[in-house]
Parts: sequence; structure tokens; C-alpha cells
Amino acid sequence: MHDKILVKDIRKNYDSEKGSLPVVGGVNFTVREGEMVAIVGPSGCGKSTLLHIIAGFIQPDQGSITVDGKLKTKPSSKGILISQHGSVFPWLTVQQNLMFGLNGDIHGDKRELADHYAEMVGLKGFESSYPHELSGGMLKRVELARALVVKPEVLFMDEPFSALDALMNLRVRNELLRILSEERHTVILVTHDVEEAIHLANRVFVLSTRPTTIQASFDVPFPHPRDLSSREVQELRVSILRELGVNIFTD
Amino acid sequence: MACESTLENGMVEMIKQFKNLTRKFKQVVPSLALMSILVAVWWMLVIMTKSVIFPTPWQVLTGTMELIENGTLWLHIGASLFRVCIGFLLAVIIAVPLGLWMGWVRLAYITLNPIFQMLRPISPIAWIPITILWFGVGNASPIYLIFIASVFPMIVQTTVGVHTIEQRYLRAARNFGVSRTKLFRQVVIPAVLPQIIVGMRIGLGVAWLVVVAAEMIALRSGLGYLIMDSRNAGNRYDLVIAAMIIIGLIGLLLDGIMRLLEKLKLVRWHYAR
Repeated sequence: MHDKILVKDIRKNYDSEKGSLPVVGGVNFTVREGEMVAIVGPSGCGKSTLLHIIAGFIQPDQGSITVDGKLKTKPSSKGILISQHGSVFPWLTVQQNLMFGLNGDIHGDKRELADHYAEMVGLKGFESSYPHELSGGMLKRVELARALVVKPEVLFMDEPFSALDALMNLRVRNELLRILSEERHTVILVTHDVEEAIHLANRVFVLSTRPTTIQASFDVPFPHPRDLSSREVQELRVSILRELGVNIFTD
Repeated sequence: MACESTLENGMVEMIKQFKNLTRKFKQVVPSLALMSILVAVWWMLVIMTKSVIFPTPWQVLTGTMELIENGTLWLHIGASLFRVCIGFLLAVIIAVPLGLWMGWVRLAYITLNPIFQMLRPISPIAWIPITILWFGVGNASPIYLIFIASVFPMIVQTTVGVHTIEQRYLRAARNFGVSRTKLFRQVVIPAVLPQIIVGMRIGLGVAWLVVVAAEMIALRSGLGYLIMDSRNAGNRYDLVIAAMIIIGLIGLLLDGIMRLLEKLKLVRWHYAR
């Protein structure tokens, strides 16, 4: 599989009254087509900033992002960002939300396409509901479906499930894995949840504190469905947590 | 069987409605009680002070009946409402697009906002002399005053509405690469609509305040005129108070109509959180 995304020497400083604050201090990595990489790091390390830079919403001071050999300088519908608090429009129905990203006439029957994805994420029957009538988990599904409708090549996920309770978090994760097995997308996932990263990703990058760089990289070689309580998974979790400066005692 | 169950359903429905009614009634009991006490105190005070000018509640009531019977009340109410409607609608037509533009285009905001902020605190009453100079003493003057009074709060509220659209929604729109028209029709305007309605509520409230004040000067109709005329033509304070109460009731009604707008499906999301 070829390299889909090439992130090269990204650096970003934020200017404040106290002077220039380096946030991202030279990040390099590549993501292969159809791969999911997770980026974990201590809170406030700049992982969200990094993702917004890669998605094209923030301009880096230095470095470049290349997708399929083309320089990426601004956001596009080829790479959809899904954020922690979500951006499902509360004034549109589920169906209208799903149809939002479908521009022009190239998509055929937009309504049919929207309904197909609503069904895929388990929202059949809720097409004409408004977001405030839905639960947090269902809202996440709307957000995911709205992104998938435009058939993006890349999904950028910024702590997508952290606002959900533990049970719902697990459910939506499984849902995501099921969908990704049907439609292969390249995914960059930013999270603070190491278990979530191991559950979902093919590789996990551990970021350092500010100015952030990639401190360590782990392969997650386990096939899906993954047994999160298995010994190998636990060992990997301990190693990643140790990289993050947290020691847990194991036998 | 079927008949029995419909009967039963009917009973259940009736009991439900009855309970609903009692609940609503219980809600208004305290304020109704206070109002009755105030009216009683007023009545007692008038009798005790043996005032010849200040009317009793009963005199106000008979005065109101008199106005209803000779038809002048509807004339005055109609005149005031007409002026408010025209002035307010003109203000909406100007304020909403202008507010959206100022909210969206920074240059428009930094150019116009200081001017509007300076004009806004000038009381509509202060505009009266100039208004008469420009528009004479017909309907145009109060309409202009209402316009001036209600246009600024609506501009401000609409602009604030645009400025407070959450970034995540604009970012999503940018992400999907939608056209400008779609961005406005499906993101900006729906997002701002609740604020526009708040602005309209404030605007209409101010408009109603102003029309009465404006009609006290040089006009031959309207509830404001009715107040001044009743005093000048023989100290008819019963009619003065009757007009005041009617002004209050109509103001309440207008606000109620505006609040119905908040129930629109398009903006219910704003209140559902």
C-alpha cells in the first residue's frame, strides 16, 4: 500500500503577549492508504493543533503536508474533521445534515445517498429528527455519517468519542470499526485514551510535551476484532503509558 | 367493548385536560391575588382621601365602557397599532440585512458600529423636534420615531448573533467546501435566527413604548393622544388610567405574539438545550 499522507517537519508557534510559544516542534510521519494511526499525548501537548494543521485548518509556520503527492494547504471535503464537541447543525434534521456536504449534481439522488448512510450508522427512522431529539451517541453517528456521505479519502478525528460515556464510547468504536471494514478510509485519530488507540489503530504515535514531537511509535499488530483484555494488548498499553510517563504495576 | 374503551379514553382525556387547566390556573393565582389587593387598596385610598380628580377602579371601568360604546377606543387602538406595524416592519427590513452584513464583513462592522453605538442611546423622545421638522405632524413622524427606536436594537442583536456563531459550525461548512449561498442559507441565517427573534422582541417592545410617547405630541389619534386629550379636555383621569391599562395589555399581547415566533420549528433547537 502506498503512502497516502506525508507529514514533513511541521512546526508551529503561537504568539502571545509573553512572546512566542512553540507548540509543535517538528513532526514527521507518513500514513499509508487505508491505515488508521492514533496520536496520543499528554493534555495540552498540541495534538489537537497538530491535527488541525494536517487537516488544513491552521497554517504551519514550517513544514508541509502532502496527500497523494499533492501539497495540502487548505481544508477540503476529501478530508473531513470530526471533533470532540461535534458540529452537527442543530437547526437541520438528520437527513438535511447528511445532505449538507453534497454539493453540485455529481452525487445522483442525494436523499437516497443520505438515507443509505443513515441506515449504515443505525439511524434508520430518525431521518427527520432534529439533533436535540437525539442522544450523544446518536449525534456522533450523525456526524460520522455526514462525513462518510461525501466519500472522503481521509477522516481526521479529534477526540471523537471523549464526550461519550464509557459504554457508548465502546459501542461507537465498534461501529466505527465495522464501517471502516466496509469502506476503507485513511484515518488519523487524536485521543488521550490509550485503550481506544490500541482498540482502533494500526499504529500509535506518542507525542512529547510542548513543543511536541513524536517521542515513540508503536505497531498494533493484532487483527480485528481485538481482545482488549488479552495479555499482549495489556503489555502494549503499559508500554505506551510508560512512554507517557505513567507507570502501572503489572505482574 | 370498543364503545366502552372509547368512553374510557374520553374520560381519561377529560381528566387530563382538567388537570392541565387546574395547573395553569394555579400558576396565575398569586399574581391575580396581588392585582385584586392593589385594586382594593387603590379604591380604599381614593375613598379615604375623598379625591375629586383621581378615579376609583369602578369609574375607570365605566370610562372604558364609554369609550367602547362610542367606538373611539378601537379608533385609537387601530391608529397606534398601524403606526407600530409600519415603523417596526420598516426597521426589520433594514436591520436584519444590515446586521447580517455587519456581522459577516469586518470592514462594515468597524465602519458602522461606532456610529450606531452613538445613535442608539439617544432617546426617541429627543428625536421628536427634528422629526416634526422633517416629517410634519402626520403619521410619518411617529412611524419614523418607531423606526429609529427599534432599528438599533435589532441591528445590534443580529450582529451579535453572527459574531457568536460557534466556530465549529463554520469550520464544518468550510470543510465540506459549500458555496457561499449554501453557507448563508443553511448555516449563517438559521444560526442567527434565534438572535434575530430576540432583537425583534426588544424592537417591538421599544416601538410600543415610543408610539404612545410620540402620539402625545401634535397628533389627533392614538392611545397616547387619548391620554393627553382626556386630561386636557376636563381632567378625565378615569380615561387616562383606562388608556394606560389598555396600553399595558396590548404591550403584553404584542410580546406574546413575538414569543410565538420562538416556538417555530426553525429555532426550537436554540431553546431545547
